[in-house]
Amino acid sequence: MSEPRPMTGPGAGLDCDAVIVGSGPSGSTVADLLTAHGWNVVVLEKGANHLIDLEAPYGPLGHSANDELKSLHRHLLGPDPLVEPRTFRRSEADGDHLFVGHVNSLPSTIGGGGFHADGKLPRFREDDFRLRSTLGPVDGAEVVDWPLTYEDLEPYYAEAERLVGVAGEETNPFAAWRSSPFPMPPGPDMQGAIMSMAAAERAGLHPYRCPSGVNSVPYDGRPACNNCGFCGGFGCPIEAKGDPVALLRRALRTGRCDIRAESYVVGLMTSPDGRRATGVRYLDAERVEHEIRAAHVVLAAGAFETPRLLLRQELGNSSGMVGRNLMYHFQTLTVGAFPQRLESMKGRCVTGAHDDHIVGDAASAAAARAAGLPWVRGGLVEHGGATQPVREAQIYGPGAHHGAAMRDSSLNDRLWVFTMQGEDLAQPSNRIDLDPTVRDAFGFPAGRVTYAPHRHELATSAHVGPILEDVLRDAGAEWTITTTSPPTHGEGDVSPLGVAPASYHIMGTTRMGADPATSVVDPHGRLWDIENVLVVDSSVFPTSAGYNPTLTIMAMAARTARLLIADPLPPTSPHP
Amino acid sequence: MTGPVWLSATEHRNLAALLDLLIPADGISPGAGEAGGADYVDQLLGAFTFDPPHIWAGGPYSGRHGGEAGFDRWIRLAALEELAWRIRVEGSQGRPEREFNGAVVGWQERYRDALVVLGDDFADVAPDERTRRFDATDPTFRELAFVHACESLYGDPVYGGNRDGAGWTAIGFAGDVQPRGWTDAEVEGR
Repeated sequence: MSEPRPMTGPGAGLDCDAVIVGSGPSGSTVADLLTAHGWNVVVLEKGANHLIDLEAPYGPLGHSANDELKSLHRHLLGPDPLVEPRTFRRSEADGDHLFVGHVNSLPSTIGGGGFHADGKLPRFREDDFRLRSTLGPVDGAEVVDWPLTYEDLEPYYAEAERLVGVAGEETNPFAAWRSSPFPMPPGPDMQGAIMSMAAAERAGLHPYRCPSGVNSVPYDGRPACNNCGFCGGFGCPIEAKGDPVALLRRALRTGRCDIRAESYVVGLMTSPDGRRATGVRYLDAERVEHEIRAAHVVLAAGAFETPRLLLRQELGNSSGMVGRNLMYHFQTLTVGAFPQRLESMKGRCVTGAHDDHIVGDAASAAAARAAGLPWVRGGLVEHGGATQPVREAQIYGPGAHHGAAMRDSSLNDRLWVFTMQGEDLAQPSNRIDLDPTVRDAFGFPAGRVTYAPHRHELATSAHVGPILEDVLRDAGAEWTITTTSPPTHGEGDVSPLGVAPASYHIMGTTRMGADPATSVVDPHGRLWDIENVLVVDSSVFPTSAGYNPTLTIMAMAARTARLLIADPLPPTSPHP
Repeated sequence: MTGPVWLSATEHRNLAALLDLLIPADGISPGAGEAGGADYVDQLLGAFTFDPPHIWAGGPYSGRHGGEAGFDRWIRLAALEELAWRIRVEGSQGRPEREFNGAVVGWQERYRDALVVLGDDFADVAPDERTRRFDATDPTFRELAFVHACESLYGDPVYGGNRDGAGWTAIGFAGDVQPRGWTDAEVEGR
């Protein structure tokens, strides 16, 4: 990798050293590290604040609760699709859009996506950073190596785990090497996970307790999780989830972090030659426009909103790649129905996982050959179950059967679900752009997804689904079924999760690379076109891997922040 | 609440009958109307008669499993949040700031129109006739009414339905369990 380009510090006439657009896992990581280094930052978040008192001593607001209605049905964490709609289409053949509303809408609130997540925080593996070199190209896909290695990122993975607090154990034989143990031991196993992990082992798979950003013991002044069961989709009422509370509170306590909610960034300000950013313009809650002048602009709005912001001004897009190579995780959902109740409302939503379908074997190689592909690569399989009762009630439909169906819970607490976060190969035709006819409440074009899976995703899912069904049947399931999100669009195929990908794992829309002709940001996260604009969210990912992205987002953000302040972490080596 | 804040007494009575039609009592589980479903819908349609609006209950605890009860400290809406909920509940009403993507029919109008179709005597007619009249309402309303029936019966009682937690009790759901939570042994079934 080349030496870092010179960085500029604060100067006269500036409001802050860095203005950070977005307060989720990446933005809060950067805020934490920059303020710890003595920089002054302003964090602009378009959503409202439901997380933390922004005045000392920065306690919780108390908005998070075990309340299904406000969290899952009434858009507490936003964005509300009525005022911030997004659109989806599979291809241009669908016209301007096929669907308008909620499309991969990660929370728009102080704390962003970290607020609602249930904190599955695995690392990527060594091969994930050198996919092209290791496995080779795939027709129709942009399979590339990252411009950095796992070894480069390992110190920052370790730092991110310490900053947020990760509970886990080193029993996964496929996991990448680590320079330090997990900060906390794992929490208790859900009943369904005990059952499914045992069956997975019998099938020759290698299940393990999934690394989790949920405290198993008191950590960093926050309590251990008490297993309330309202985890995925909910803010934590007792702050047992570290992301993003720990990061933002630490930044605020320095006195150098100014967090502004309801601050909608309308554009970047640039120098006359367009080569440097001078700050950002934003609208406050009353829609009054303000300017923040900063030495650096850090884009942390997520892989949907960051390209949308850049595309509005055609900034950073000399390559024509802004918004392209959109990736999700292609989700294969295999459901098993059990005769007994699984008590899935007790625990952290997902406590077990296995990775075998990422590594592959002779059978997956044969599946690849049969599909005319050089290889297939799946993803982490989450062992989980159960939804909340209002959602369950809607499944059964109206009528006299309803009460008995709810009491029996055959389509909820007797179901156990394997969700594979399958690797999604980058394709330039999959993209975020601006919808020509739908607008948000501020009058700006809505972001639009154009996405169709590559046949790699379809072949991988078709191979793994039956394996997962066999595991669930061995565990005692009376029947099993497999579906995907998005739907495979085969004849008669529909997904209960809708026509658009339901995943909140959105990546790749301002790809990082070593060549400005084919990438949007350089290997340090800076826009090739505007060197003092850094992108720190998952839009920089060159590949999606098959792992939940949040810890990698935070590690990459930490690396970019430390390169910015010229304080990179030293290389690491495996711990004993 | 002492009485309906948005529905008339007749509308409230007929709506309760409708919700019981959608999710009826069966001797073990209560019907959605019987458990306060009309109060739930009334509180939602009349959310902006309260300050703060009754859209999002507070927290972090209900007090049912320890801690100080905070669900009745309703959360104040930010400007964009209020705009969204006013559009959803009240409709766009021809106001430009609500019609950036065209006109929106609000839930108040959908309910009021449907209750007219159901008729003032809806609660008193035979079940078959109730079904016939319900089937004559707008499909969008029929879908909405069922969603609200589910929300009322299985959402937190602070929103007006699920009276005394009767919906949860029938299905063995503990509801909000903070700050007690579950012990590790309870999670693992030991």
